Amino acid sequence: MKIAVLIKEVPDTGADRTLNQHTGLADRAASEAVLDEIGERTLEVALKILDSQPETHITVLSMGPETIQATLRKALAMGAAGAIHVSDEQLLGADLMLTAQVLAAALRRDQYDLILTGNMSTDGSAGMLPVMLAELLSLPAATSLSQITITDGVLQGTRELEGATAQVSTPLPAIASITEALPDARFPNFKGIMAAKKKPIEVLSLADLDVEALPADTARSIMLTVNQRPAREAGTIMTDDGQAATALVEFLAKNNLV
Amino acid sequence: MTTFAPDSILVFLETTLGGEPAKSTAELLGAAAGIGTPVAVIAAEAEHLEALAAHAAQAGAHSVLSAQVDSVVLTAPLADVLQQAYELVQPQAVLLAHSLTSREVAARFAVRHKLALSVDALGVQRDEQGVIASHSIYGGAFATTSAPTFGAPVITVRVGSIEERAQAQELALRALDVAAGDSAEITVQDVSSVQADSARPELRTATKVVSGGRGLGSAEQFELVYQLADALEAGVGASRAAVDAGFIEHAAQVGQTGVAVSPQLYVALGISGAIQHKAGMQTAKTIVAINKDSDAPIFEIADFGIVGDVFKIVPRVISALEARKAQ
Repeated sequence: MKIAVLIKEVPDTGADRTLNQHTGLADRAASEAVLDEIGERTLEVALKILDSQPETHITVLSMGPETIQATLRKALAMGAAGAIHVSDEQLLGADLMLTAQVLAAALRRDQYDLILTGNMSTDGSAGMLPVMLAELLSLPAATSLSQITITDGVLQGTRELEGATAQVSTPLPAIASITEALPDARFPNFKGIMAAKKKPIEVLSLADLDVEALPADTARSIMLTVNQRPAREAGTIMTDDGQAATALVEFLAKNNLV
Repeated sequence: MTTFAPDSILVFLETTLGGEPAKSTAELLGAAAGIGTPVAVIAAEAEHLEALAAHAAQAGAHSVLSAQVDSVVLTAPLADVLQQAYELVQPQAVLLAHSLTSREVAARFAVRHKLALSVDALGVQRDEQGVIASHSIYGGAFATTSAPTFGAPVITVRVGSIEERAQAQELALRALDVAAGDSAEITVQDVSSVQADSARPELRTATKVVSGGRGLGSAEQFELVYQLADALEAGVGASRAAVDAGFIEHAAQVGQTGVAVSPQLYVALGISGAIQHKAGMQTAKTIVAINKDSDAPIFEIADFGIVGDVFKIVPRVISALEARKAQ
């Protein structure tokens, strides 16, 4: 079975993240770029399938700047067989639609049985890419799965809805997105790290994929303005002396909150 | 043949599994009324369509387009309905909730029509050239606005972010006959509702939220969070640490990965305020924090903070609130 795992490099959510106020682009120098946590979990889902079905072939796919190569190499060390890195200056500031078109074009170059993604990135928070790929590739999409199994060419999973869960299934080929209910990734071992040095990372440009950054028939979303919000300031902080509860209720009452 | 106003804003209204209008209905129509003439599109099981259409008109839809679907879970057939409504209405913008279902409908529809997507908007406005959306980026650290290069934008709106409401309208209903599309879809075998406490406000749309963190210590002691929430008529949330420790279900997680809320009041109990948690709540109007550690980062953004023991302070707060109510 061939699996494609989509991963994304994002600004570390554990530090202050910054937008450049002139370009509106993520300021990559301001915070450390890390593999989005949901991407690690997605890779782990594929690695678990590889554990039980050794003939599985995992390709990791990412679109982004040069720095993503270290992350792709780590994925190879964990057990992925190959990696594809889509990199092009024209992709700077790409919106969701362009991103989906690029990733779909990269995925069309091979016959994958399963395309695995996270349900939502921590920087864009759109949660849309999996179904955009489903539309572009004419594949069924089982999204937001908190459990996933593959048996005899059929994907089964538990889909987390708002206020409900659904048992869903679909024959492969298919797209699946997972939630953070699934386990975190394993660490690469020494053997894996050595093996990864010999594994290929294919680098593709927009021209290689035959995708236009600004086709005349496709509307793009553009950022008009960007402003840094003033940081919140601390208000009244008191140490409890037995009267703090009363003071809090008075504060709430004064602000019409009770 | 009905004609639609040139400034029509098409609003996709989501339906719950039980056939009720989603909570986002009134705010989406309110947002649409601020920038044009709201036209609602509803896709639901046949038996619910009449009541849903009446509710949409009551909430401000000038006209309502409705179509029958077999299930409200699968998003490709819902996008088929939106597509047909869009072709009929030719609106200046399409609004949907940024919920699990509606954002997938938005994404599928935008791909099919090659329209620009603006996601997780906190508001919509107009400028000389058309409809623009405002956003909060990186958990509220930055405010941006976005617009399409051309065409109608497809905008998903963060649930609970719009305060404006539209005036009720007379019902003008038109039924759409949408043939089953040819999109590949999954099979849904079984849907089970997670037991929700209907008496308590839902986290995403609650105007007040009380959240608990690791400081609550155990699932049993987390009960204190529910007690304060009920005294304040608030929804219940939690930090990731509390969810990971099993004090409460994952759906209650507030933060970077989880629910982002912007309530009038956010009360953080025993939450240290990791940057990932702040990303989900720092746009709240008023923040109250109670924590025993005076160095907890949550105090840096709290409007009112108490350094002390939640197990001593919160019961006193509840008694004081009850005393106030009894007056």
